[in-house]
Amino acid sequence: MRTIRSRHVVSGGMIGLTYLAAILATLPLVLILVHLLAKGASSLSLDFFTRMPKPVGEAGGGMANAIVGTLLLIGIASLIGLPVGIGAGLYLAEKRTTPLAYTVRFLSDVLNGLPSIVIGIFAWEFLVRPIGHFSALAGGVALGAMMIPLVTRTTEEMLLTVPTSLKEAALALGYPKWRTSIAVVLRTALAGIATGALVAVARIAGETAPLLFTAFGNQFWSTAVREPIAALPLQIFAYAISPYDEWHRLAWAGALVLITLVLVISIAARLVTRSRFGAAVD
Amino acid sequence: MRISAPAIKVPEPTVAIDSTKPCIVTRNLTAYFGNTAAVKNVSASFPQRAVTAIIGPSGCGKSTLLRCLNRMHETIPGARVDGSVEILGTAIYGEGTNPIAVRRHVGMVFQRPTPFPTMSVRANVAAGLRIAKKDFEKSGSTDEIVEEALQRAGLWTEVKDRLDESAVALSGGQQQRLCIARALATRPRVILLDEPTASLDPLSTQKVEELVYELRQTVSVVIVTHNMQQAARISDMTAFLLAGELVEFDSTRGLFTAPRDPRTESYVTGRFG
Repeated sequence: MRTIRSRHVVSGGMIGLTYLAAILATLPLVLILVHLLAKGASSLSLDFFTRMPKPVGEAGGGMANAIVGTLLLIGIASLIGLPVGIGAGLYLAEKRTTPLAYTVRFLSDVLNGLPSIVIGIFAWEFLVRPIGHFSALAGGVALGAMMIPLVTRTTEEMLLTVPTSLKEAALALGYPKWRTSIAVVLRTALAGIATGALVAVARIAGETAPLLFTAFGNQFWSTAVREPIAALPLQIFAYAISPYDEWHRLAWAGALVLITLVLVISIAARLVTRSRFGAAVD
Repeated sequence: MRISAPAIKVPEPTVAIDSTKPCIVTRNLTAYFGNTAAVKNVSASFPQRAVTAIIGPSGCGKSTLLRCLNRMHETIPGARVDGSVEILGTAIYGEGTNPIAVRRHVGMVFQRPTPFPTMSVRANVAAGLRIAKKDFEKSGSTDEIVEEALQRAGLWTEVKDRLDESAVALSGGQQQRLCIARALATRPRVILLDEPTASLDPLSTQKVEELVYELRQTVSVVIVTHNMQQAARISDMTAFLLAGELVEFDSTRGLFTAPRDPRTESYVTGRFG
């Protein structure tokens, strides 16, 4: 029979291993952040945010067009991904057991697992080839398609955390069913849904593959949705594989900006969850 | 000479019940979940401006019976109701009667407090008013109605400086009285309480009981409880339900001190349940 002492030793060892695993889980992010800060911070200046890229050989310049492009692409993607995703999530939560709900739930999980480059090819096939040229719209649609399953499933899960007793309380007050869904269920789950939306935005903000043959990238200033547009991930990619040191520096700076953007959105998502009036979602 | 002394003390009746003017009349009321009848053939008259308690062991259909009285039963998938229910002369299951209109006139409070977490104390009380704006335009400003409802629920002095705080910041007992205030705000003639003190501590329970005792002066109350002492303390009439059937329905004093049915007697003397 094992002694108490040996049990304590084994227990301590196991706890130690879980600590190690926990540290290892966060290590990549810490390393990436430290590395990016070391490599990119020195190239970050006001110019980076306000200036256009300079031709090869000239020092300085920035990625103003790519930053604006990324924001525009996120905007287009959100216009598509949020309403469709939240609407589909509402349907799944309200009509849990219909055949359509099972199908939608399954397909949205499949879509969620689809490699992002495949979504890019899809957008190229349906929006780039028929029109004849690359466009911000095609890039936004590709990113929006990636957002839909993420938003759908988080919306559904958040709505399901709203207790039935609250719905009954509203119905018993004489709320029609549709108003119960909106004024009580949706409103109670809103903080969680907003968090899910922000997480989805953070997820697509750094996507490169769906943009390669949709938004394509643009060396010039453009905010036209029907024209090719620059995006941070594309610009980083183009600069990083170039042979110029100056461009490498800018690529590092761009990566730092991108990861900061994602980090800020993720932190915002946390704050939204915590600061909302209702604690029911926690 | 009595053989077995009553296990429960019942106070002297305080109101004279006018049985000629019932508030709720059920006839052959049967409530189904799918093919199973949870309430069987219940015909009863619930008096006006009095508290009627529904008692019985767990799973006997008390809550289901209560939920038939404001058409909440049918909100459960597969649930349906046979028979008729009249409230103050209106057949609530009659053709063309809108369940939403029924629920606006019959208040309900549940076992657990259900304040809307995204709304302030004030907005919670006003929730039922907002949904039926037209009906309340003449009855004063929302703030006045909110104050009146909170007064009636005995909560005003505790929350009058916290009206804009989140409703979930209140204690459990306060939340339950808030739910009662929310149900009272639309000035219903009938209020249904489904084990309203089941999740409360003794002190909060006492407050809710006192409140129910007060309410009988203005509304008809039907309360489901599995606490027989509570039924004895606060109700004028008591219905004893067993396996979905109405075994006995009498004045509370009569039912507890001189039960006619042997099953009622063994239940109220604590021999089962």
